[in-house]
Amino acid sequence: MSTSLLIVQILNGLQLGVLLFLIAAGLTLVFGVMDFINLAHGVQYMLGAYLAVMFYALTGNFLIALVLALAAALVFGLLLEFTVFRHLYDRDHLEQVIATFGIILFLNQGVKVVWGAAPLNLPIPEIFSGTVVLMQGILYPVWRLVIIGSGLAVGLILYILVSHTRVGMLVRAGATNARIVSALGVDIRRLFMIVFGFGTMLAAFAGVMIAPILSVEPGMGDSVLILAFVVIVIGGIGSMRGAFIAALLIGLVDTLGRSFAIDILRLVMPPSPARTVGPAIASMLIYVLMALVLYFRPAGLFPARGR
Amino acid sequence: MTEPVLRLEGLRKNFGGLVVTDDVSLDIKPGELHAIIGPNGAGKTTLINQISGLLDPTAGRIFLNGADVTALPANKRAELGLARSFQITSVLPRFSALENVALAVQARAGSSYRFIGRADGEAALNADAMAALKEVSLADRADVMAAHLSHGEKRALELAIALAMQPKLLLLDEPMAGTGHEEGERLVGVLQRLKGRFAMLLVEHDMNAVFALADRISVLTYGRILASGPPAEVRADPKVVTAYLGEELE
Amino acid sequence: MTTLVHTPARTGLSAIRVEAVPVLIFLVLALVPIAAAFGPETYWLGLFTRVMVFAIAALALDFICGYGGLVSFGHAAFVGIGAYAVGILGAHGVTDLLISLPVALGVSALFAFLTGTVCLRTKSVYFIMITLAFGQMIYFVAGSLAPYGGDDGLTVRARSTLLGLPLFANDRVFYYIVLGSLLGSYMLCRAFVVSRFGRVFRGARENATRIATIGYDVFRYQRIAYVIAGAIGGLSGFLLANATEFVSPAYMSWQRSGELIIMVLFGGIGTLHGAIVGAAAYLLLEDTLAGVTEHWKLIFGPMLVLIVLFARGGLLGLGESLRRKLFPGRSDP
Repeated sequence: MSTSLLIVQILNGLQLGVLLFLIAAGLTLVFGVMDFINLAHGVQYMLGAYLAVMFYALTGNFLIALVLALAAALVFGLLLEFTVFRHLYDRDHLEQVIATFGIILFLNQGVKVVWGAAPLNLPIPEIFSGTVVLMQGILYPVWRLVIIGSGLAVGLILYILVSHTRVGMLVRAGATNARIVSALGVDIRRLFMIVFGFGTMLAAFAGVMIAPILSVEPGMGDSVLILAFVVIVIGGIGSMRGAFIAALLIGLVDTLGRSFAIDILRLVMPPSPARTVGPAIASMLIYVLMALVLYFRPAGLFPARGR
Repeated sequence: MTEPVLRLEGLRKNFGGLVVTDDVSLDIKPGELHAIIGPNGAGKTTLINQISGLLDPTAGRIFLNGADVTALPANKRAELGLARSFQITSVLPRFSALENVALAVQARAGSSYRFIGRADGEAALNADAMAALKEVSLADRADVMAAHLSHGEKRALELAIALAMQPKLLLLDEPMAGTGHEEGERLVGVLQRLKGRFAMLLVEHDMNAVFALADRISVLTYGRILASGPPAEVRADPKVVTAYLGEELE
Repeated sequence: MTTLVHTPARTGLSAIRVEAVPVLIFLVLALVPIAAAFGPETYWLGLFTRVMVFAIAALALDFICGYGGLVSFGHAAFVGIGAYAVGILGAHGVTDLLISLPVALGVSALFAFLTGTVCLRTKSVYFIMITLAFGQMIYFVAGSLAPYGGDDGLTVRARSTLLGLPLFANDRVFYYIVLGSLLGSYMLCRAFVVSRFGRVFRGARENATRIATIGYDVFRYQRIAYVIAGAIGGLSGFLLANATEFVSPAYMSWQRSGELIIMVLFGGIGTLHGAIVGAAAYLLLEDTLAGVTEHWKLIFGPMLVLIVLFARGGLLGLGESLRRKLFPGRSDP
């Protein structure tokens, strides 16, 4: 393995981590504040990507498509909150899982009906297309850097919102102890809607940003959703800081593991079995990491919830 | 000199910067009923939770019958003869009263890693469970689902569960809490009868009950033991009177 | 609530009625091959074999979920492991079930033991997410097994044999073997639930702290139950591979785990026989809806939402509340 490949893969890992953070942030907020496990969070990400493709086809402008997609995703998310999710908050987790699973089935099929089963593409905005020379001999796509940058920026904004605003204070209090918040006389429904809408927009934003480098297809939200679960479980449910650190950790471990597992295994075994075992081990890495973290810290790295 | 059933040595618990148990040392002799009183937030339940193994102390040590149990989980301490009741009623709501108690009997009657054979048909378990229910005058409600019992009956059921464990030490966390006058009297009567069979640590707000039952009393304020001794001595202690008892005993 | 426990003092009629449902279920299942002989036999036999195979897995899930409160979202992993045991051994020419069945049960039990050791340290929603994650892990691992077909899966060249005897070859015989496995799993779970062990396990779901302070190591009881459920899931996978003569990572996808939960919920959670009804209802519904439109999930998804919102207690629960409305005098206390 060469240094330049390592640097490129570290950047790829960061990019995956940032993407996971955008999704996990909404998930962990919604769960932390509302005690609501929303499997349908992954389809919000998928929907963001599809909406962006659609609005880009209509307007031909990425930025307008982005804004419209976010707005449409927000409206759709709030509609879901209003018609379905709202009635699930006080149900047990099993019922929440089933109902949101039903929504996934519906939406995954729904996008197939509306946009077809074939993967779609969203072009990279022209000013950000192409590559940039990081160091001598290392070229890197600009768009991936944009994703990393915008993800970090969103992370910073979230941090400021959560730690310096009244809503943020309520969110933190809610993640620690939901009863305190209702005792404060806050309009819980409104707080829930704000948090939910925000989470939806973050997921949709991730979907739009990733659409130019991934193919947009039905079910694209499912595997990302599970990775986001791994992230918030490692980070500690309800903890924004935990989600951020765990997302970067997972992004790096997964990307580097997949790139270098075979090479590393070849140091200790012959090439042929290494090529067989390598991918299997690489795909297990993040789950093993999760298992290790939970074995020693069952509530994650940064537990938000008080005893 | 007999060994104390329970010995606390310099027990200390911090939640973040907050000290909720502050250097508590305590001995309870076999058969003794030791009451702990103190204002709300004095750290009484936190103390009981540490003794029963639901909370780890920050510092200090806990001995049961001379054995250091500080590092043992709650279930191991129960095996060593420690039983407890909870301040917030903690029975199994969808089990019948009898099954609630039978489960406690089962823990002391052979292995529970038995996978075949109906547990609720085991006559020996049911007989012992019924005996414990009789002690708390709940025998006629044996088949009622715990969720359907009255509050006072649930408190009595808690006690029956603890009795069925044949404890050497029983921790009672406000057993009278939320019961009416009559039910309270009845529980005092039950505890009176049980006194001497095993050691008890009683946390209770009802001063009449405490002074009627306790052999010794410790007063806890801000997690620290303010005074400790026989009831008459504690009642007369000027520190206690100013800090806590004053208004209630006038 | 229809459960086969908590009914110690109930007499006569209602006690018999509770028992009548499972008897009826197994009677119907036993008669299916005879009825099938009058129609498209292979179709009906195949469909109901599938129903029973999934019922075994759903049953195991109901055991831990309905009685222990352990909502596992990775139960398909065990099915997949059981199936891959057949597939991989078969690829190396080992078809005898005296080898493949113990391997299927053993490996899925081992996986349950290892993952359970981590999962069961956590509670509620953590448990759901972590079981989901481990399920996904094994899914990706299966997909990366290039020598065994990778993402495409692999064909099982021959159904399992017993000492060289092609025991599973005849569809009808195989049907009754699956039925026997289902009955066995059902009886076993039933016995476990009401046993001493089951009483502790059920108690831990009601109030784990209470169970610990009585003197039980809750974690160990839950892990044993989890391993049992994993092994039964492995049995289901073993039969599934034989039924479809094919194994693929799709067997352990997270959607499959979700479907198993749906089956349990459909039939009414915490009843055991409800899981069988649920599996039948789910697969027959899927079969019917899929016959109507290829986009059947557009109908099925919202249906799930409506069931959760309006029909708590599943199909059997629905029957129960209907019964109460019709015969209000006989309702349970």
